[in-house]
Amino acid sequence: MTPSKQLNFSRRSFLKTSALAGGGMLISFNLFTACKSDVKPPIDISQLNFNDFNAFIKISNEGKVTIFSPNPEIGQGVKTSMPMLIAEELDVAWKDVYVAQGDYDPVNFTRQVAGGSQSIRHGWEPLRQTGATARQMLINAAAAIWEVDPSTCTTKEGVITNANGDKLGYGEVVADASILEVPENVKLKDTKDFTIIGSNISNVDIDNIVTGKPLFGLDYKQEGMLYASVMRPPAFGNVLESFEDNGARAVNGVINIVQFGNKVAVLATNTWAAMKGKNALKANWKEGSKTESTAFHDKTLLDLLKGNSFETLRKDGNVKKAFDEADTVLERIYESPFLPHNCLEPMNFFAHVTTDKIELVGPIQTPAWTAQRVADHLKRDIKQVSIKMTRMGGGFGRRLYGDFALEAAEISSLTNSPVKVVFSREDDMSAGTYRPAIKYKIAASIKDGKLTGYHLKEAAINGNMYGLIPNFFPAGAIDNYQVDVANYKSNITTGAWRAPYTNFLAFAEQSFFDELAQTMEVDRIQLHLDLLQNVKGTTDERIEYSPERLEGVIKLAIEKSGWGKTNQGVFQGFSVYYCHNTHVAEVADVIMDKGLPIVTKVTCAIDCGIVVNPLGAINQVTGGVIDGIGHAMYGDLSFNQGIPQSNNFDNYQLIRIGQTPKVDVHFVDSDMAPTGLGEPPLPPAGAAVANAIYAATGKRLTKQPFMSNMEIEKIVG
Amino acid sequence: MPTFNLKINNKTYSVEADMDTPLLWILRDQIDLVGTKYGCGIGQCGSCTVHIDGNAMRSCLLLVSQLEGMSITTIEGLSENGDSPVQEAWKEIDVPQCGYCQSGQIMTASAFLKRNPNPSESEIRNAMHGNICRCASYNSIEKAIKVAAKK
Repeated sequence: MTPSKQLNFSRRSFLKTSALAGGGMLISFNLFTACKSDVKPPIDISQLNFNDFNAFIKISNEGKVTIFSPNPEIGQGVKTSMPMLIAEELDVAWKDVYVAQGDYDPVNFTRQVAGGSQSIRHGWEPLRQTGATARQMLINAAAAIWEVDPSTCTTKEGVITNANGDKLGYGEVVADASILEVPENVKLKDTKDFTIIGSNISNVDIDNIVTGKPLFGLDYKQEGMLYASVMRPPAFGNVLESFEDNGARAVNGVINIVQFGNKVAVLATNTWAAMKGKNALKANWKEGSKTESTAFHDKTLLDLLKGNSFETLRKDGNVKKAFDEADTVLERIYESPFLPHNCLEPMNFFAHVTTDKIELVGPIQTPAWTAQRVADHLKRDIKQVSIKMTRMGGGFGRRLYGDFALEAAEISSLTNSPVKVVFSREDDMSAGTYRPAIKYKIAASIKDGKLTGYHLKEAAINGNMYGLIPNFFPAGAIDNYQVDVANYKSNITTGAWRAPYTNFLAFAEQSFFDELAQTMEVDRIQLHLDLLQNVKGTTDERIEYSPERLEGVIKLAIEKSGWGKTNQGVFQGFSVYYCHNTHVAEVADVIMDKGLPIVTKVTCAIDCGIVVNPLGAINQVTGGVIDGIGHAMYGDLSFNQGIPQSNNFDNYQLIRIGQTPKVDVHFVDSDMAPTGLGEPPLPPAGAAVANAIYAATGKRLTKQPFMSNMEIEKIVG
Repeated sequence: MPTFNLKINNKTYSVEADMDTPLLWILRDQIDLVGTKYGCGIGQCGSCTVHIDGNAMRSCLLLVSQLEGMSITTIEGLSENGDSPVQEAWKEIDVPQCGYCQSGQIMTASAFLKRNPNPSESEIRNAMHGNICRCASYNSIEKAIKVAAKK
C-alpha cells in the first residue's frame, strides 16, 4: 500500500475527462415518464434511459440519478460514501440516487484502489467537483431555456428554481445540459450547507445482502464456465517434481487437468467436483529452496535486533550520547507472528482469455495493477484486458495481490475455456501473502526525570516499515530519536495486512509508553500530552501527525471512557496512535474472570475530519477495534518446514461474538477534509488491551497473541 | 449419478449429484441459490447456514443424500420480499460491512428467535457463537437481534 501519494487527478485533467465523456452525449426520451418520484431505489435501471453526464453520473429524463462508484468495495463502505460526495454537490435527493459499481476504467477514473484508507481522502475534492460541475451544467441549461442569468437560479433535491419561482427538474434539462461546455471554477458548498454528507446513509447494497442476491466474486457465473481448484506447493520452498491424476480424472464432473509452473489445476463443472478432484491428485514435491520454521524466524529476527545490519530511516540528535548519559534506560522487545488475512470469501477470480480479449471478473482491490500484470504475464496488450469488479467478501490487504486473477487468466489461456478459480479455505490460509512476523526493540533513556532519547529497531520478515512511519509520533517530540530497520528475505510470501506495519508497531510503542510512564513515575496520559507540546509549532515538515489533533483525541477518550473512575474490578488501558492520516485514542476496559482477562468495552475517540457517513463510519471503527483485539489476542500462524500450521477455522482462531467488547465510538467534531477509517482504528487496540491487562494483573504482555499458552501463563502466573 | 428430490423454499428440485455432495454446492452451483455462502467447508464459520425443518444447520456438512423429504429454507426463501423481522432489523441497524457472512448470520438468528423470541444478551451471544464475521460487525448483530425480537 502506498499511502499519501499525491492525487494524480488535477482539476484540468478532470475537466478534460468530463468534457470527453459528456461532450456529444445526448439524448434521452420519455420512455419512463410513468416513473413516479416515490419509486425507491434500487429500481430497475435497465428500464430507464440515461444521459451519460460524465464518467461518474448519469441522469434520466425523470430525474433519476445513477452514480458510479469508482473504487473497489471491500466492506469499507466507499460504494456508499464516495457517491454521497457526488450527490451532495449535485444537489439531488439520496432517494433518487442509484449507485452502481464502476468498472476498471483507466481513462475516466484514477486511483481505483482499495488500500491505505485513502479513497475518501483522495476523492474528497474531485468527487465533489464532479457533482458540482454537473449541477452547474444543469443550471446553465435551465437558465438558457428561461433566458435568465444562471447565477439567479438555485437548486434543491434535483429541482432548479429561478428568481420568478419557475421550476425545472434535472431530468427535464439533462439532454440540453449534457452537450454544454464544461464550466470551470464551479463553487463547492460550504460545509454548513451539507445535507447528505454527515447524514446516516445505509449501505447501498443492503437489500441485496440481506436477501442473498449474487454480489460477490464467488457468486459470479457465466454460461459454459468451469470451476478450477488449484493444487499449490504445500510448503513454501517446495517445487513440483511429478504428479499422478488418475484418481482426479475419475471424479464425476472433472473435465480437464492442467499443470502450470509448480501448480496443477483441476477443472470441473462444479466447485465440489473441482475440489474433490484436486484432493485426489497425488504429487511428489522436492525442496526448491530451504523450507523455514517459526523457531528459525524467531532466532533470525532476534539476531537481527542484536546485530548491526540496520538501515536508519530517521535520526534526530544523538541517541547514543543520550543513552550513555542516561540515569535509566528502559529496553523492551515486542514480538508478533505471521497473520493470514482470512477474508471470509476465499480468493477467487473469473477469467476468459480468447485470441483478442481478456475478460476478468471478480474481487480485486487493485484492478489497474492487476490488469497490467495479467497483460504482461500473457504477453498481451493491456487494451485487451477488461475487469469487472464484484463486491468483496473482505479484503484486509489480501486482495491487493492479484495472484488469483493471474492464475485464472493462465488456466483459461491454457485450456481455452472460461474459468473461475476458487480457493478452498485451506488453500486460502496456506497460500497467503501474510502479515510478516516482526520484532521490535525499543529503548528509551531517562535523565533527570526527562525522556532524552528513543531508539526503535525493527526486524521484519521480507520488508520493513514504509518511509512515512518513522515520522509518526513520537518523532519530533524527543530530541534524540532514531528508527532503524533490518529484514530477512524469506521464501514465505508476505504483504500488506490491514494497517501494514503499524498494526503491530502501535502495540509495541504504546505498550512501551505505558511502561515508560511507570518507570518515569509520571502519569501516562500526561506523558503523552507533555511530549506533544514539544511538537507544536514544529518546522519539521516530515512530521506526519498533528500534535493538536492527537491531543484532541486523547482528551476526548479520557472524558468519554470515565478514565480513572471505573467500578471496582474494572481495569483500564490507554493507547493513542496516528496512521493513515487519522488520529485515534482508545481506552479498553478489562475484567478478570477465573484468572483470564475479558475485554468488556473499548472507548474510541477518533479524528477523521468531517465524518461523511456516520452510520458507516461507526461500523468501520467498531469493526477495526474488534479486529485489532481479535488478532492481538488470538491470531497466530506458525510454520514448520515451510508448511503453515493452521489451515482452517478449527485450528485458527478468529474472534467470535462472545469474545467481543462493546465499542463506544466518539468522533471529534471537525470541519477538516475527511481522512480514512478502514485502517486507523485497528493499530491502537492491542496496546489498550495489553495495558488494561497490566493494570489488572501487573504483568506486561510483549508477545502476540496474548492468548497463546506462554502469555496466558504469564498472566495467570 | 443418482437423482435426489429436494424441497427448497417450498419448491421441489430434482438434482443429479454424487451421494457425498454437500447441500451447499447443490444450492450454489446447481440451483443458483448463491445467497448461501462458502466460508470454511467444515462447519466452523456459519456462512452456509440454512434451515432444515426450521432448524439452523450448516449446509457444507449436510449431504444431498440425507435431505429428501425435509424442508430446506435458504436466505432467498426466508421471506417473500426480504422483509422478515430479522432482515428488517438488519437493514434498520445497517449491520453489514463486507456483507459476506450476513446471510448465514440472518439464518442463524431467525431460527434462534423462533425458539427464543425474547432472548437475553448472553443467550444471543451463545446462539451466534458459531457464526464468524471477519469484519467484526458483532456489536451491530447483537443490536439487530434485539430489534428483531421486538418486531
